[in-house]
Amino acid sequence: MEPHTVVCRQVSKVYRQNTIAVQALTDINLEIPKKDFLCLSGPSGSGKSTLLNLIGGLDRPTSGEIEVDGVALASLNKGSLAKLRLQRIGFVFQAYNLIPVLTARENVEFVMQLQGVSAADRRARAMDMLNEVGLADLENRRPGELSGGQQQRVAVARAIVSEPSLVLADEPTANLDSNTAQALMELLVHMNTEHNVTFIFSTHDKLVMDFSRRLIKLHDGRIVEDVRRG
Amino acid sequence: MLSESVPAPLLLTLAWRNLWRHKRRTAVMLFALALGIWSMVVMAALIRGSMEQHIKKEILNLTGHVQIHAPGYRDDPAVEHRFTPSSALLQALTQKPVLAAGARVRVPAVISSERESAGVILVGIDPQREQGLSFISTAVTSGQYLISPQDPGLLLGRKLAERLETGLGRRVVLMSQDAANQIGDRGFRVVGIFDADPQAMETGYVFIGLDAAQKMLKIGNDVSEIAVMASDRNWLEDEVQALRAAAPDLDVAPWTEVQPLLVLTENVNNVVLLIWFAVVFAAMAFGLINTLLMAVFERTREFGLFQALGMPPRFILGQVLVESLILLLLALILGNLASWASVAGLRGGIDLSAFSEGFEMVGVSPVIYPALAAGDITTANVIVVVLGVLASLYPAWRASRYVPVEAITRT
Repeated sequence: MEPHTVVCRQVSKVYRQNTIAVQALTDINLEIPKKDFLCLSGPSGSGKSTLLNLIGGLDRPTSGEIEVDGVALASLNKGSLAKLRLQRIGFVFQAYNLIPVLTARENVEFVMQLQGVSAADRRARAMDMLNEVGLADLENRRPGELSGGQQQRVAVARAIVSEPSLVLADEPTANLDSNTAQALMELLVHMNTEHNVTFIFSTHDKLVMDFSRRLIKLHDGRIVEDVRRG
Repeated sequence: MLSESVPAPLLLTLAWRNLWRHKRRTAVMLFALALGIWSMVVMAALIRGSMEQHIKKEILNLTGHVQIHAPGYRDDPAVEHRFTPSSALLQALTQKPVLAAGARVRVPAVISSERESAGVILVGIDPQREQGLSFISTAVTSGQYLISPQDPGLLLGRKLAERLETGLGRRVVLMSQDAANQIGDRGFRVVGIFDADPQAMETGYVFIGLDAAQKMLKIGNDVSEIAVMASDRNWLEDEVQALRAAAPDLDVAPWTEVQPLLVLTENVNNVVLLIWFAVVFAAMAFGLINTLLMAVFERTREFGLFQALGMPPRFILGQVLVESLILLLLALILGNLASWASVAGLRGGIDLSAFSEGFEMVGVSPVIYPALAAGDITTANVIVVVLGVLASLYPAWRASRYVPVEAITRT
């Protein structure tokens, strides 16, 4: 049996706005095995993004435990969490979130540079990845000079170039046209099968759901359906 | 193998490019910082230049770098406080770093013309030895300078000559208490009229030959003082020690003891400069902190992203600090270059006599020659860099404290 990349036990999250408490997640129990390709879906406010952020260590649960690659996130301080994200987790955001002052290649190299990968190795791997997402000829363009689809492909390249064990993608196709979204999902499936990367998506997009092998529906902060598909 | 260290090239690249994201804002901030540094250095050069002129002038106004007297002379500069220079002392005065030394008779006296009389300080000098030692050798503007210690002539200040209603070629009488406590007097012909700054030197001093003064006061070869000029007025300790060893019974005093008010003025000027530095820096610091806070606030989302991608908080702190440091260093280069150019342009001096006629009365020259001092430049630069980086700590700390998820979701 494959080890689990992510384990959530009784995870709850309550946001407080002044004196009002908003229950974003309630008693989430979830096991995500290595190489899974799953999708969190549900209406706005159902807790998809919150769960994704908690798994990524970007936020902390109000109660419950989360493990990533066997490491309990609650036991890590801010710096150690950053280190875990650096080494094991890739992120793809809805709004691309590329670093505006860096070129496409430098954005892809960014995480490797933080990891201390040598310049030559970094450059070669970044160019390979840009080639794989079809942007090798745009390596020197800054984000402002790229279309939305191109930026999202750079973000994907950045997320997977250092071969993390887990990629968290929040609405990755929300700003893309259908053809670009289709191409992107095919790329991610390829990464999943070729590089054994576990993918967790949060989305409303039916296209993303169609590509996913496991579909988890959330409603009012609870898992209401967890379906594995052929 | 993953590195724990901060990749400096990435940090520098991000800092440098972020600085130029808002070219106009960075340019304005650079200009403001450079202006502050310029004002610090130029103001220091003006104050230092003015002070330097004042000290040099006072030293040439019969003070010298070191003075040697009989004990008690400085409290009561009368004829009884005189001394005979020993051969050991005369030998010590020929050693380096002594550049010039001259013996003087210097006692209170009364000068009378046929119409008026006035109280003065009679100074008997060796005219050759006063060259490079005091102002008098170059101050005679009418008539001639004294030729030798035996010269029977007298040098009179222009203002005093006017008061006494006398002039070149006329005779005056000097009276002073002699060694036998009698009034010694002698007539002298005015051979030269001198100009001096401050005017009090013109009205308060008359110069005659050393031998003539000794004869008039019946003091043999005794003198009231020996003035010494060394190579550097700021490094006199060894020189004073050597002279004290050569004349243990005499009062050997550097100019800082002879003119304590001058030292006090210099110290006050230093404090004024530091206050000026602090005021300018405070204004600069507010601008710097504001600019950095704006930059940090605008990039909240970006700092959240950095953390999400695994950048440690200390790296984010470092990035903001490096941005600040680059800004400060660029401003230092511009500010220092502008200061140097300004001071070079003002090498001929700034003539403020049109704005105030009172300068000379208080002993300050109306023409200020700016003087760049390495110490002032270093102080200004170090204050700006060290305190600038310290002031940047708060915006940097703010940037490093963002919670990633809150920062990323902020629109």
